[in-house]
Amino acid sequence: MSATKQKTVYETVIGLEVHVQLKTDSKIFCSCSTEFGGAPNTHTCPVCIGLPGTLPVLNKKAVEYAVKAGLALNCNICDYSKFDRKNYFYPDLPKAYQISQYDKPVGEDGYIEIEVEGEEHKIGITRIHLEEDAGKLIHEGTIDFSTGSLVDYNRSGVPLAEIVSEPDIRTPAQAREYLVQLKSIMEYLGVSDCNMEEGSGQKEFGIKTEVKNMNSFKAVEKALSFEVQRQKKILDSEKKVVQETRAWDEDLEETISMRGKEEAHDYRYFPEPDLVPLEISREWINEIKEDLPELPRVRKKRFIEEYGLPEYDAGVLTDTRALADLFEDAAAAHNEPKAVSNWIMSEHLRKLNEEELSPGESKVKGRQIGELLNLIEDDTISSKIAKDVFEKMFITGQDPEQIVEEEGLKQISDEGQLEAIIEEVIDENPEVVEDIKNGKDKAVGYLVGQIMQKTKGQANPQKANRMLRENIKKD
Amino acid sequence: MKIYEMSAGELLDKKENGELDTEDILNAFRERIDEVEDRVRAFITVSEKEVSEELADMETGGELEGIPLAVKDNMSTADMETTCASKILQGYNPPYDAAVIEQIRKQGGVIAGKTNLDEFAMGSSTENSAFYPTRNPWNLDHVVGGSSGGSAAAVAAGEVAAALGSDTGGSIRQPASFCGVVGMKPTYGNVSRYGLIAFASSLDQIGPLTRNVEDSARILNVISGHDKRDTTSVDREFPDYMEFIKEDVSGMKIGVPREYFAVDFDKEVEKTVKDSLEVLQEAGAQIEEVSVIEPEYALAAYYIIAPAEASSNLARFDGVRYGSRSAAEDVSSMFTRTRSEGFGEEVKRRIMLGTYALSSGYYDDYYLKAQKVRTLIKDRFAELFSGYDLLVSPTSPSTAFKIGAEKDLMEQYRADIFTVPVNIAGIPAISLPCGFEPGAAGWFSDYGASLWRRSYSADRLYPGTEVKHRAETRTLEN
Repeated sequence: MSATKQKTVYETVIGLEVHVQLKTDSKIFCSCSTEFGGAPNTHTCPVCIGLPGTLPVLNKKAVEYAVKAGLALNCNICDYSKFDRKNYFYPDLPKAYQISQYDKPVGEDGYIEIEVEGEEHKIGITRIHLEEDAGKLIHEGTIDFSTGSLVDYNRSGVPLAEIVSEPDIRTPAQAREYLVQLKSIMEYLGVSDCNMEEGSGQKEFGIKTEVKNMNSFKAVEKALSFEVQRQKKILDSEKKVVQETRAWDEDLEETISMRGKEEAHDYRYFPEPDLVPLEISREWINEIKEDLPELPRVRKKRFIEEYGLPEYDAGVLTDTRALADLFEDAAAAHNEPKAVSNWIMSEHLRKLNEEELSPGESKVKGRQIGELLNLIEDDTISSKIAKDVFEKMFITGQDPEQIVEEEGLKQISDEGQLEAIIEEVIDENPEVVEDIKNGKDKAVGYLVGQIMQKTKGQANPQKANRMLRENIKKD
Repeated sequence: MKIYEMSAGELLDKKENGELDTEDILNAFRERIDEVEDRVRAFITVSEKEVSEELADMETGGELEGIPLAVKDNMSTADMETTCASKILQGYNPPYDAAVIEQIRKQGGVIAGKTNLDEFAMGSSTENSAFYPTRNPWNLDHVVGGSSGGSAAAVAAGEVAAALGSDTGGSIRQPASFCGVVGMKPTYGNVSRYGLIAFASSLDQIGPLTRNVEDSARILNVISGHDKRDTTSVDREFPDYMEFIKEDVSGMKIGVPREYFAVDFDKEVEKTVKDSLEVLQEAGAQIEEVSVIEPEYALAAYYIIAPAEASSNLARFDGVRYGSRSAAEDVSSMFTRTRSEGFGEEVKRRIMLGTYALSSGYYDDYYLKAQKVRTLIKDRFAELFSGYDLLVSPTSPSTAFKIGAEKDLMEQYRADIFTVPVNIAGIPAISLPCGFEPGAAGWFSDYGASLWRRSYSADRLYPGTEVKHRAETRTLEN
């Protein structure tokens, strides 16, 4: 009897390291601006370009943000924390060491909850620590033929929080959801914009290999899927997966080996002697705790319970704090939550997409959306006109009443005025009227369309429809 | 008395009563530099500013108005090159003044120039300068000590009235003792390190080298204080150190650490220091032998911690942003060549020692252990100072040796044995000249005795004036 070779079932184990740029006004160890997009080396000073003799001074806001993030991730905040030097040579690292945290991070032992395909998962957070970002190298010429490199230190010293997960993630989809949740939490806290393109979110992950350079959630999912398949193939052929660092190549859509274990850095961590240990008082932690906003998952639950919204709506609306706030403001002004939700999810999100704006950047206030819906409800405008009004509101940020007033968009509900127009339409379309009389009811729509055209859409369509039918019947 | 022989206090008095004006003073010291600098070589850079320009730019009404001072060339100056006596920093002009430079300028002090040192303050003879050794003004064939050798020599030779040095393991006190001047290392955290190019961040401290204790207190007054830019500088009330020089030692309890005198060192030095103890006793101090942790432990901890921090602090000199850069085909060879060519032997040795001590697998055995030893030493001294006002030890096991003398490396490091414990403990100490006699070989030697105090009590160091300078009449060799 020959042994059947069983196909091995592998378990995927993923842990993620995420770098979140904290949106403080100034850098973590000096007072230079953190603003993105300045001319190269304009947001620099002797401290952040590491001139000899300069010393770091810790930005209190950065600590506050890290504590806030740590609390939101259910971490224990350490009342004694300290900074360490991570030593390595690279032209974008002006001191040849990065001030980071090694064994006493700001927060430890937290978790976040995610939901993937209806299943809840708790992903452990090992730690959250503070560190400084490095500068940016700009290579001249092409990759094959470089004429030299330039360094821009504007980013040098921008505060980062590194959030390290436990290896609790089992699928690339979970990894993606973990990141979506994390981003949403950071956005709610107002501690980071998590804007990938500008480099405020950087991710690394490790299975047996470590993969760097994944600059979007989609890239993470793709890179992880690629890596799972790659490792499966190696294991199936009874070879060993080597421990190494790989980089995700966005164009080739595959991971590429960067360096092996032998070339791994010895960072020679040791306590940063230029900074005194960081003591975070219980009172301060409690103060920050009391100030924490309602977080996305809790808010979503409340939206379902309090407003009776479908789960899908609640999920979309609570995705960002700005959108959830907008909804609640609108629902306060217009007491039909589902109608408010519909409007935001269709009209508002469509406009945001078109204009490539984030929810926080929109000029329209929630109250104004509520008021717009009130105008539809009390027949001041039709829902069709409302869409035009909304377009204007979106661009100018004006109140809907003002737009309706200024542009004379009020719906014509006056029966005398409508009657005259209806007479006109009937006179102009005798054949259609005949058809209707002969039972071709659909043709009514055509005539209503004519009425709307003549009134530039301002006729109350329900009223026009009813009066038109009565008029034709009476003949 | 010649103008250049006067202390800052004397110069200020003469200005006060109208005998001298600032221009006379600045000219006299300029002339003195022109006269002796070729032989002494205390400076790396002498200020090229005209006396008239200095007068025009000078702040008036300050504590040091019109007093020329020299500063060690590891403190950043916006108007003068700052080299750390290293080829790697040649041509580097900092865009800012160190905190201490700001303080001195604010009080009207005039920075006469930047003084020579052992490269990056690593050494104790100033022979490790990448440029040239400084020569002892009392005997030009002998070393000045180090690493603040240029500052000690400039004061001793009358090229300036006073100077600033930095002390990581004795770098102010030991050259002060070799040159017969007063050298003071304040408590760690007393003086801002902002702008001081770091050797070992947790040990470095700036302090004055002066002709007498009064000037030492005067300058300490000017440079002490909390600086927001240095979080290791302490935020507290600072006393007026000048108030304390009037106190006498009568009734003070002075401890003489047994283990320090058990070390094998120069008998002449030992005798002179012991003579000084008698002077203190006669003045009413109560002298007692005390037991402390053997100085060997502090020395061992020091030679782990200081190189470890230095290996990281000096990593930034990579040729990318400032200083010298050696051409190479790629970035990593550029780093290697720049550093291989830019650093001297001793600096490279300490970088390697420190890199090793911090390497994974060795960290616990070396760096971590050294830090534990440090804590024990700190605690022991804190305990001792609850019972004693002062501790007294020799500053250096020997007097100034000949330039170029063959020295065993371990022997060289061992010569720091009396000074490093002070830095390890973070406490203040002052080296006072306590003897000046013709040596066996026909040259003159200075002896220094060090007085130690608990942290933040440098004030009580100044009654040490009682240890009299015995060679008041000596003049410079020509």
